[in-house]
Amino acid sequence: MNSAESIEASAREQRGFELKTLGRWAREGGPLIALLLLIIIGQILNPNFLRWDNVTNVLTRSAFVGIISVGATFVIVTGQIDLSVGAMAAFIAGLMIIVINRLAEFGLGQELAIVAGMVIGLVVGLISGLANGILSTIGKIDSFIVTLGTMGIFRSLVTFLANGGTLTLDSRVRETYRPVFYDSWLYVPIPVWVLAAVVAVGWVALTKTRFGRYCRAVGSNAEVSHYSAIRVNRIRVVAFIVQGFCVALATLLYVPRLGSASSSTGVLWELEAITAVVVGGTALRGGSGRVWGSIVGALILTLIGNILNLTSLISVYLNGAVQGIIILGAALLQRTSRTR
Amino acid sequence: MLAEEQSSSPAVVPPDPVSPKVPVLAGKEITKAFGPVKVLENVTLDAFGGEIHAIVGENGAGKSTLMKIFAGLLDPTSGEVRFRGEAVEAGNLRRMEQLGVRFIHQELNLAEDLRVVENLFLGEEPRRGLFLDEGRMRAKGKEVLRRVGADVDLDARVSALRISEKQLVEIAKAISQQATVLILDEPTAVLTQREADRLFEIIESFAAEGVSILYISHRLEEVKRLATRISILRDGRLVATRRATELAPSEIVRLMVGRSLQDYFPPKKSASNNQVVLEVRHLSVPGYVNDASFELKKGEILGFAGLVGAGRTELFEGLMGLRKTSSGTISRDGQPTRYTDYRQAVAQLRAVYLPEDRKGKGLVVSFDAPTNYSLLGLDRFGSWFVDHRKERNSFRKAVEQFKIKISDYSMPVARLSGGNQQKVVLAKILTIDPEIIIFDEPTRGIDVGTKAQIYQWIGRIAEEGRSCVVISSELLEIIGICHRVIVMRSSRIVANLEGNSINEDLIMLYATGVNPAKPYLSS
Repeated sequence: MNSAESIEASAREQRGFELKTLGRWAREGGPLIALLLLIIIGQILNPNFLRWDNVTNVLTRSAFVGIISVGATFVIVTGQIDLSVGAMAAFIAGLMIIVINRLAEFGLGQELAIVAGMVIGLVVGLISGLANGILSTIGKIDSFIVTLGTMGIFRSLVTFLANGGTLTLDSRVRETYRPVFYDSWLYVPIPVWVLAAVVAVGWVALTKTRFGRYCRAVGSNAEVSHYSAIRVNRIRVVAFIVQGFCVALATLLYVPRLGSASSSTGVLWELEAITAVVVGGTALRGGSGRVWGSIVGALILTLIGNILNLTSLISVYLNGAVQGIIILGAALLQRTSRTR
Repeated sequence: MLAEEQSSSPAVVPPDPVSPKVPVLAGKEITKAFGPVKVLENVTLDAFGGEIHAIVGENGAGKSTLMKIFAGLLDPTSGEVRFRGEAVEAGNLRRMEQLGVRFIHQELNLAEDLRVVENLFLGEEPRRGLFLDEGRMRAKGKEVLRRVGADVDLDARVSALRISEKQLVEIAKAISQQATVLILDEPTAVLTQREADRLFEIIESFAAEGVSILYISHRLEEVKRLATRISILRDGRLVATRRATELAPSEIVRLMVGRSLQDYFPPKKSASNNQVVLEVRHLSVPGYVNDASFELKKGEILGFAGLVGAGRTELFEGLMGLRKTSSGTISRDGQPTRYTDYRQAVAQLRAVYLPEDRKGKGLVVSFDAPTNYSLLGLDRFGSWFVDHRKERNSFRKAVEQFKIKISDYSMPVARLSGGNQQKVVLAKILTIDPEIIIFDEPTRGIDVGTKAQIYQWIGRIAEEGRSCVVISSELLEIIGICHRVIVMRSSRIVANLEGNSINEDLIMLYATGVNPAKPYLSS
């Protein structure tokens, strides 16, 4: 039977050789190739494209969605989805602004007020993730529905906090907070350093640790994981907490940039994060994924916008359409590489 | 044309008077492969009108696949199916039904929410103009139900029927159109002895009327009672076709497993001592297990026998924290235990449960073998970070120990054969060095050679002083390897058999709850 097996296997290999290698190529290296193509196109269209300030600009802009998409990678690998991240970011931003303004008003030092606001932002992020996780595991509600619900709640809460308008960071505090987004260290902007750190930690966690292995197992087959003495619910909850933490971290960088929060803050971020993850080659059905891919995905999304801005070939208003085509292309590639 | 015949003639047509020497249905050199795995190889088998031809073999021998090919549900990879000597288009269910070939599935195929009468004529409803001919359906329905001896209401919903009644309805449905060949796939698996006896009488009456019966089973006693001819399949090949009178039961078993039983099962060394390692008292699993108490000794192989649905799997899932229990105490080495989930149970009992459903619960089929191997005891391969080298080296040793046939460690386990997959699972549970191992149907869907290896292996680990529980529906297996056998029936433990009491008759007696004082059982 073994020889029959190998003959059969080699026959199949030959039949599908070209398609299969092409598919594997596209799946493994696809996002990188797409990124490279975009860079080449950008440089051809506009010679200023690869200048250091534009490069750091693209990277800095990618930081928000990039950091969130690292968290989204964990959620999606465990076979779940989090639609609440954009609204959660807006809610955390609003809360931070209120807290910082109040504390500064009451005479606490500006730096101290900002640090306190950051801590509260992170704690709220962790708790929000925990809530999403508990509702979708112990509450036994599909994560799609849970986060659809919490998305509405967060979005509405920020509107309520802003009383329908905009929450603005006190201008003097903002001056103090500003460097967190706008300053550089070793010529590289701080958000890019944070992004790099998150990616490094996320990559190691997903590929080298027990937790990462359990995430993939749970996403591939929860039943098998259960019978392998893995605490499936705990893994799923932790994935949501990781997501909440990433959202909070991205928000800490976002607040000094705009200095305000309103009901339109973070709109469609969840879609961009999920798109980045999928474009990066993570399977939406769960079980396999890669953190570096999600970052490449986030960069691709930002680059498209950037190229459209720098050139007049396609209207900027078609940005969404181009991104949509990219998502569909990525999904199509995933599909062909899955059919063996 | 066929419709005319159906309405006027009796439900069963007599054997072809022209050529009684030509088999009604025959398969010639049939081979069937699913991907790399050949489940049938060059099988030639025929069925004459009026005979009961039993097809026996262990699970995974290819019986069901062959019958599905006969019924037109599957297309053979090569070979042909002949009806009254003429080749018919293979894999054409519609055509086989027109020829009167009826297949009674193992898992019954009735529409649960429809009434009995609607089920009997599903897809073949007699019509009057645009409307269903309810009157004719009722009259004919009553007639076919009477013929199979089913005392059920035509208007009852199928979901409200007992399983034996459903089966009779299924058979009635099969003969509501003309039947030339009736294929029954392990029909008694879900029946009590009394219901089975009734079924045998019905089958015999059909045979007497000239219908050809193909009867799949791995229960020797019913085969001996019913069959006129017996064909034995092993690992996809036809081993023998003989007249039933020429075959002694021991000979059938020998042909089924391909070797003498002494070589098949490990020598039974009685459990070395009487130290009780696990004591279960009054354990109940709501809906499945009622007040179960038993104990397990060191180095013992304890069998759990019973019909499907008796509650054996649920008992051990409850015991291991995989399922909610409502009462009961569990002591390990005399110490009471407390745990709420499987992980804690594994740690406190130093026990592991090997699930029956290999692909659904045992292995992540898209993962490679080393990753599956380490999943249960991953903390032994690093506390935070997974030590990939340690994982790989440990797996390499397991490959040698279990003789796993695997050429490429990085390919998904879905591409391994069933036997090799099961070996990966066995290696996986050993990574945590358990003292108690619960095997749930450890050899389901595995070739005979690997089965023998697994039996030897279970014998060896018991000798090492580990305690084993074997839940199995294969009596041969239970009798062959267990030191002691507990029988469950309808959620309760009903018997505890030791020594010479471990035999087919007694186990079936307790499993079905009916006195089997029948001549064919004592033979």
